[in-house]
Amino acid sequence: MGLTLEKLDKIVGQEVHLKDIDLHFEPGSRNVILGRTLAGKTSLLRILAGLDRPTRGRLLINGEDYTGVTVRKRSVAMVYQQFINYPSMTVYRNIASPLLLAKLDTAEIDRKVRQAAEMLHIEHLLDRLPAELSGGQQQRTAIARALVKDAQLLLLDEPLVNLDYKLREELRIELQAIFERRESIVVYTTTEPAEALMLGGNIVVMDEGRVLQTGATPDVYHHPGTLKVAEVFSDPPINYLQGAVSGGRASFGEGIQIPLSGHLADLTDGDYMFGLRCNHLFLARRNPDDIELSARVTLSEINGSETFIHIVHGQDGLVVQDEGIHPVKIGSALSVFVNPSRLFVYNGGGELVASPVQGRY
Amino acid sequence: MDKWENNRAWFLVLPVFFIVAFSAIIPLMTVVNYSVQDIFGPGQRVFVGTEWFEEVLGDKRLHDALWRQFLFSGLVLLIEIPLGVVIALLMPKKGWGASASLVILALPLLIPWNVIGTIWIIFTRPDIGLLGAAINTMGIAFDHTASPIQAWITLMFMEVWHWTPLVALLAYAGLQAIPEAYYQAAKIDGASAWSTFKYIQLPKMRGVLTIAVLLRFMDSFLIYAEPFVLTGGGPGNTTTFLSIYLVKIAVGQFDLGPAAAFSLIYFLIVLLFSWLFYQALQNVGKGDVK
Repeated sequence: MGLTLEKLDKIVGQEVHLKDIDLHFEPGSRNVILGRTLAGKTSLLRILAGLDRPTRGRLLINGEDYTGVTVRKRSVAMVYQQFINYPSMTVYRNIASPLLLAKLDTAEIDRKVRQAAEMLHIEHLLDRLPAELSGGQQQRTAIARALVKDAQLLLLDEPLVNLDYKLREELRIELQAIFERRESIVVYTTTEPAEALMLGGNIVVMDEGRVLQTGATPDVYHHPGTLKVAEVFSDPPINYLQGAVSGGRASFGEGIQIPLSGHLADLTDGDYMFGLRCNHLFLARRNPDDIELSARVTLSEINGSETFIHIVHGQDGLVVQDEGIHPVKIGSALSVFVNPSRLFVYNGGGELVASPVQGRY
Repeated sequence: MDKWENNRAWFLVLPVFFIVAFSAIIPLMTVVNYSVQDIFGPGQRVFVGTEWFEEVLGDKRLHDALWRQFLFSGLVLLIEIPLGVVIALLMPKKGWGASASLVILALPLLIPWNVIGTIWIIFTRPDIGLLGAAINTMGIAFDHTASPIQAWITLMFMEVWHWTPLVALLAYAGLQAIPEAYYQAAKIDGASAWSTFKYIQLPKMRGVLTIAVLLRFMDSFLIYAEPFVLTGGGPGNTTTFLSIYLVKIAVGQFDLGPAAAFSLIYFLIVLLFSWLFYQALQNVGKGDVK
């Protein structure tokens, strides 16, 4: 049951937009598609919606082949990055438009429209025109229009990107609650790891038109299968340290050597990449077994209530995420501390061989 | 201190004030000056008050020219606006076809007005004109110099041929500005092509269409070169539009007083109707204006 994509390709001219997509979405599931711009997220949504035909492969809904079926005959609702509403209709008519097209009776339409408006807190705006609303209110209207339809498939294409920070947080929390109550398949695309984690459910990590990894969102976050997944699923992207293991010791960075213990114990000799998320680098020692990396500051950026300090340690450029706002002088020397238990280890092929054990902190 | 700062603000406005004065206000006041005096020569002038205005307003030929003018502008708008929108809808959205159709559309707009008249005189000549001769060989007697209806048809053709591309270009620009997602949303909602046009394309084109209606109204209301070259206002007075009649009074009869009064009335009519159109278009089914 649910929605299945089988060996799906989408090729436009010479460009490969999607390649070898095999996915399955359960009814009532929440699915986040995470990927950077041009990863193929929107192309995938368009095929899910039935707006585009795949070049190869099949799309099954409840076991039935829907590959060539037009969007009109499918039960789909979609919310876009831009705030899409009918400009000459009031908010009420906008929300009611899919129901009017479905020819429901007036009382039923009224009930559903008011219910959807209430859910998105726009019941006081029903008589306004979209041009008279703020960006957040316009997007709320568009979401209400999508929800009112009760479609089997609800697609959201980076719906919160064009909103300011505060509104985004607010709507993200509300959406989570709304999705919880729905029986349709929800597919939500985003470029932000934080947003994906917040929405939970299942995740599909995409890059350059391919699916890199799927699974429960927290699992994928804690065990990113390849270097690329770790990069996409960390913001700022995960740090790398080139290194090697030999004789029971791991060495990386500028002459740093540590004994293999914990999740690193089983590593065999060879070259490795050690991955380290920015929030696991600290400016002060927190545990006795922390490793000290001496580095030079190349850039410091303040982001909300955090400071991102870009540093160079030996050959490797790293980013440190530091809580609070701390002006750091560019060019100055700095020591950062890393706990070996937080290291992701990737082999020469970029595949995960060891990841930190959860629940240690 | 406050006062000084306010005065300085006035200095900053001065350049604009001078430009507007020389480009608009002073020429306009000269016309006002002529319209209230009878001038025989340098130093010989008599103030006549509203006499010229009364004379012009009571002029039967002016009334005829005015109605003719309204009919002409009305027809122009009725044909050019829908036709321009249809052309814009049919134009390819991207690729070489889009560039090609833009160039072809822009061609008539590049031709000087009086040349347009000449082109159509030759084109519609019953003896040697491609169109005129073709129609005549089909057995329809066509000669725009003899039949008022045919003179009007020819003029409308010229006007539509010359200016519909402008409307089409404006509408096309309006259409191109609509994000693709709107069409997707309409498709997902299951909207028909007509609903898509009515609820998305038309409201989204409101801004450019307002400009198109205003431009085409003003411009067609002031039409001069085309009828002057094609028919000279004939046959009879059937294509004597306001500006042609005005030039007849001012240059032909050298009645500068009535001509000035006429000019002012003409100006006020255009201003009034432009304002009315603007108000109407801004208020009908208010949507996405900004």
